[in-house]
Amino acid sequence: MIKLEVIMDDNKIEFEPRIVAFVCNWCTYAGADLTGTSRLKYASNVKIVRFPCTGRIDFMLILKAFANGADGIIVSGCHPNDCHYTSGNFHARRRWIVFRNLLNFLGIDIARIRYSWVSAAEGAKWADLVNNTVADIRELGPYTEYQKVANYMEEHHD
Amino acid sequence: MSKIGVFICHCGENISATVDCQRVAEEALKIEEVEYAIDYKYMCSDPGQTLIKQAIKEKGLDGVVVAACSPRMHEPTFRRACSEAGLNPYLCEIANIREHCSWVHEKGDATTQKAVDIVKSLVAKVKYNKPLTPIEVPVTKKALVIGGGIAGIQASLDIANCGHKVILVEKEPSIGGHMSQLSETFPTLDCSQCILTPRMVEVAQHPNITLYTYAEVEHLEGFIGNFKASIRLKAKSIDEKLCTGCGLCTTKCPNKKISSEFNAGLGLRTAIYVPFPQAVPNKPVIDKEHCTYYQKGKCRLCEKTCPTGAISFDQEDRIITEEIGAVVVTTGFDVLKPNYFPEYGFGKYKDVITGLQFERLASASGPTLGEIRRPSDGAIPKKIVFIACAGSRDPAKGIHYCSKICCMYTAKHAMLYQHKVHGGESYVFYMDIRAAGKNYDEFVRRAIEEDGVNYIRGRVARVYEKEGKLIVKGVDTLLGATPVEIEADMVVLATASVANKGAEELAQKLHISYDPYKFFAEAHPKLKPVETNTAGIYLAGACQAPKDIPETVGMASGAAVKVAALFSQKDLVREPLVAVVNRTTPPLFSTCVGCFMCQTACPYHAIEAEEIKDRNGNVLKTVAKVNPGLCQGCGTCVAFCRSKSIDIQGYSNEQVYAEVAALLND
Repeated sequence: MIKLEVIMDDNKIEFEPRIVAFVCNWCTYAGADLTGTSRLKYASNVKIVRFPCTGRIDFMLILKAFANGADGIIVSGCHPNDCHYTSGNFHARRRWIVFRNLLNFLGIDIARIRYSWVSAAEGAKWADLVNNTVADIRELGPYTEYQKVANYMEEHHD
Repeated sequence: MSKIGVFICHCGENISATVDCQRVAEEALKIEEVEYAIDYKYMCSDPGQTLIKQAIKEKGLDGVVVAACSPRMHEPTFRRACSEAGLNPYLCEIANIREHCSWVHEKGDATTQKAVDIVKSLVAKVKYNKPLTPIEVPVTKKALVIGGGIAGIQASLDIANCGHKVILVEKEPSIGGHMSQLSETFPTLDCSQCILTPRMVEVAQHPNITLYTYAEVEHLEGFIGNFKASIRLKAKSIDEKLCTGCGLCTTKCPNKKISSEFNAGLGLRTAIYVPFPQAVPNKPVIDKEHCTYYQKGKCRLCEKTCPTGAISFDQEDRIITEEIGAVVVTTGFDVLKPNYFPEYGFGKYKDVITGLQFERLASASGPTLGEIRRPSDGAIPKKIVFIACAGSRDPAKGIHYCSKICCMYTAKHAMLYQHKVHGGESYVFYMDIRAAGKNYDEFVRRAIEEDGVNYIRGRVARVYEKEGKLIVKGVDTLLGATPVEIEADMVVLATASVANKGAEELAQKLHISYDPYKFFAEAHPKLKPVETNTAGIYLAGACQAPKDIPETVGMASGAAVKVAALFSQKDLVREPLVAVVNRTTPPLFSTCVGCFMCQTACPYHAIEAEEIKDRNGNVLKTVAKVNPGLCQGCGTCVAFCRSKSIDIQGYSNEQVYAEVAALLND
């Protein structure tokens, strides 16, 4: 833990966080497409993974992303009541509320996970969301703790 | 060992201006299992697609990643190209390096590196893609229309005219719905029955339409293209084959003082009755609740009168089953029950009536034969007050929405009153005039300017009786909240439109959703206004939200087109991106433990229980099973499954885990 903080302080300026965004196909993916169509620029640190619905986004995915070295995660879908599948985003929201407490209890830094709603018409909001998340995660520094645990588990798993 | 081909598109300069496409191709080639990688100026063009097709054939590719624009744009294009080259289209994935990369970042190494990472992640995913075949579901080409108002009539006729069979179910003894009760219709003041009744007759005579009146849907099971409906045919106590509709029985029935539903309580009917003269079918039914014979065991006067012996007292309800492919729900609306308005004295004062009752007074077929006479003493009211928004837009009454039609029908009522009662005075209290529609605002202006209806912007606080007059106490907000008091002879409340009684139960029977006001919910508020979330069930008319006639008719035709489109295909072909519960060898059969959490998560009721039995028929295990006809592929069940037994094709755990890992690992 102490060692990590040292690394953080040394590399703060150089640090480019690696962030994955889990988004739904119908709202946020389309919203991010609109950001492109509108030629709005944003930080290139965020990479998008497409899902049919935020309801599909299993919390295992979030753990897998951290285990593979993600510094931050964005989960974004349709606004409440706008879900293409009626209620997937509500399931996602409920899961997040429960999961957030669990992660917090386990000592995982929940400030690294950003939940949001971005509709297909909110290209500018997507750019802002990405830029703000990148800035916040950059402030928090690299997240290697979970990866270390995951690697340890991997090595000792048999 | 896979052989994956990666095709990088320059999109003219849209991608290549900020991303070094050649380097992306070089980096892609370094990925294990990538057999071939190439960049090209326009991958979606004919030569571009040919490039992909040739590579598939020559290199024997078993997976393709096209790095280009958004999959929302050209995924179908490239999947078709793969399919033409003999590769299963679901083995093709799109890496979005335009909208999500080249267009949103400046030129530089970081941008090119991001494009490489995106390509890598999709190569990792496509390795786990499985060849899929579209799901084909057979379709029963017969539609069920529930509700015989104007929406149901229009939808039935449109579907029937496309050459498909229709079953129209109406719970009342006649079709026609609320529209048959109306006097004139806005904004043209043409007689409602004159335009409606020919259509009702057309329904009855159409060779493709089977009409069941006095019937209700009991139960619906199955899925799109393959529903099975049980319909209860309530006993009419009449042999319809023998009845000629002469109406003699209705003249002899001794029980003549039953409040008429058709006249909204303003008229009377007999126990054996035809709701109104133009009813379709024009044959009576016996109202068992009010019939002297059914209640007291004596009478049978109608039986003695009937010249054809059509009365059949021992008839019982019958339940029939019909196989159908689609359902159109057109159950309409109701008006808010007036006991909501103690402040307006409804129920206490006979001359405070609802808008629907005023329609009956103004109608030539109504209890007063079209003369505006007040219910208490039959006098012609010299001064009449219309109160708009009685219930609507009133959170205190629990109704937040606008009932949409009241502004227009109130203007029409006031106009009809002015036309029929010369020298009469009419007042309309309103909140706002919402007259959006073709010739609607002009109609309201006409009521105000030509017919001299007095519009007062303000609410009415109270209506009470004083010396034979109804005192209406309100406020005129345009005159600085000046109190207004009108001594009226009659008051008409434009009561809110509410969901029909029993809407909630019907929604539960059909597995469709409804809003807090019990109006049925459309699948998408803008782009799927006639679909429900249950595939194969469509909505039309005021059961979805308050609506006027033109809108209802338009929506009914829209729903009919959806049904006709479904029936126009031999089989229903659907994307195979649906959830699947795994199956393994005995004795496990499936890792599913049958907790059915997935069932609670599924918004489409697509998950069923399957019993796995041995040869003797003993149940060994109950596991979940996805009905591919119903599944829409949201994947919520996948995240819910505790044993990871359910997975979604196209976005399986294997696929997305690989994608995430590749995205992050350098």
